[in-house]
Amino acid sequence: MDTGTIIIGLTIFVLACFAGAELISKVPQTLHTPLMSGSNAISGIAILGALIATGRPESVDAESIIGFFAVIFATVNVVGGYMVTDRMLQMFKKKKRKKKE
Amino acid sequence: MSTVNIIDFVYLISAVLFMLGIKNLSSPATAKLGNYLSMTGMAVAILATLASPDMFGFTMIIIAIAIGAAIGGYAAIKVEMTSMPEMVALFNGCGGAASALVAMAEFNGHTAAFANFTLITLLLSIIIGGLTFTGSIIAYTKLQGIISTRPITYPFQQVVNAGIVVLTLFLAYTVFQDPSNVFAFYMIIVLSLGLGVLAVIPIGGADMPVIVSLLNSYSGLAVSMTGFALNNNALIIVGSLVGASGLFLTKIMCDAMNRSLANVLFGAFGAVDDSVADGGEGPTGSMKGFEVEDVAIALQNADSLIIVPGYGMAAAQAQHVTRELGDYLTEEGVDVRYAIHSVAGRMPGHMNVLLAEADVSYDQLYAMEDINDDFANTDVVLVIGANDVVNPAAKTNPNSPIYGMPVLEVDKARTVVVLKRSMNVGFAGIENELFYKDNTMMLFGDAKASIQSLLSAVKE
Repeated sequence: MDTGTIIIGLTIFVLACFAGAELISKVPQTLHTPLMSGSNAISGIAILGALIATGRPESVDAESIIGFFAVIFATVNVVGGYMVTDRMLQMFKKKKRKKKE
Repeated sequence: MSTVNIIDFVYLISAVLFMLGIKNLSSPATAKLGNYLSMTGMAVAILATLASPDMFGFTMIIIAIAIGAAIGGYAAIKVEMTSMPEMVALFNGCGGAASALVAMAEFNGHTAAFANFTLITLLLSIIIGGLTFTGSIIAYTKLQGIISTRPITYPFQQVVNAGIVVLTLFLAYTVFQDPSNVFAFYMIIVLSLGLGVLAVIPIGGADMPVIVSLLNSYSGLAVSMTGFALNNNALIIVGSLVGASGLFLTKIMCDAMNRSLANVLFGAFGAVDDSVADGGEGPTGSMKGFEVEDVAIALQNADSLIIVPGYGMAAAQAQHVTRELGDYLTEEGVDVRYAIHSVAGRMPGHMNVLLAEADVSYDQLYAMEDINDDFANTDVVLVIGANDVVNPAAKTNPNSPIYGMPVLEVDKARTVVVLKRSMNVGFAGIENELFYKDNTMMLFGDAKASIQSLLSAVKE
């Protein structure tokens, strides 16, 4: 990996950190649990690396076996995380309040 | 444009979808859409990766995805809302494990020819991912009550932990010098896993909101490191988003307790410490236990009510009956609101989710800074299983361990009703002056049963 690639990677990393912090600071306290489980689900993006590790070797070897388990863990994270976030968000409702005088 | 370029471009699209997803979390009205956008981003990225021309092992991939989806989906459908902190901790642990495993697979894939930078990030990914995995599992067992929620401490704990960190980094340096040193490589894995356990066991149950947030941040960092190693921009971007999100929540939680992160991590808050018990003066006066009927009369005469839930409400599963009481009083013309402290419960936003589950409208839920000035004009405050977050000692007693922590100023209300399981001090072992005040009515017993009988009494 040449230095230029590293610099580009670091640039992306730092800018994404700032963008992320900016976006997240707008999330209200009420949604902190869904924020956490939702961002948790996103961190399952490691599945991309897991898929490559599992799928790249042409025959079953150490790399693809470790990759296989990585795919399982990442999928639990992604599927579980999104589903549980959706379940929570379905519950957040605004009711019309009838008030007696 | 080569296939690799196209895939990278698709990764950019999914990164934008993730960002839009989080942006839409800024309001409960758009949050569902946000989650769907985020899901779409994930699906697009996975499909693009699978479409890459040098993919072969599809059978294994399909089997692994089926297994993972079955486990994750089952857990997500079955989990009780009160157990959400445990669930998030477990999922988080899976994310850490996935990152570490990807780095291990990559290391196994081509041992000889690593660039320096790749090797450093691979090793960091294994260390951070590994300790996230075991740390999350320990957090899970603590939250679930499988092991004691009290801090587990032993002599020279921090020295031992620091020693392990130094040893791990030294071994990482060894592997960096000589990537064929397989023994050192496996030792790094073992030590990282051990470090996760040792770092979390000295942390008490009440500090779990901080730890769950911090582990969330770590899992993001591990993903970013993996992204650097694989030169995959999607992983770098998403990892930094998650890392920032976890760190942001960690900071909110620490601020809400007026403690530094270092104090949370190393302070063993809530350890049984006899020296605190005899130091300083305890509150004067006595706790006044009341009957349900007395409290019911106070509620019937109230025009305004603020309900303050805490972990006790979750433990007693009392959120549904609390909502029934709130709704009944609302219909009777009482102004009913809910005040939620940032660290109430065992994870950020825990109380909000429980009340949402019980069908409380989200515009009735108030954060501390939005409602604290209103307590003085409120007739009745109903504290359900909360303790430290309503302790006036945080403002008045410089000797109190929680002095300086921002608290809900419930004692300013005309009447405070405190629902509590027993006379015992709360988790942190700190006496609460609120319970001894003249305008405080204590109602002892299980929160769910108490509110149930309170509801019947109010209706009469």
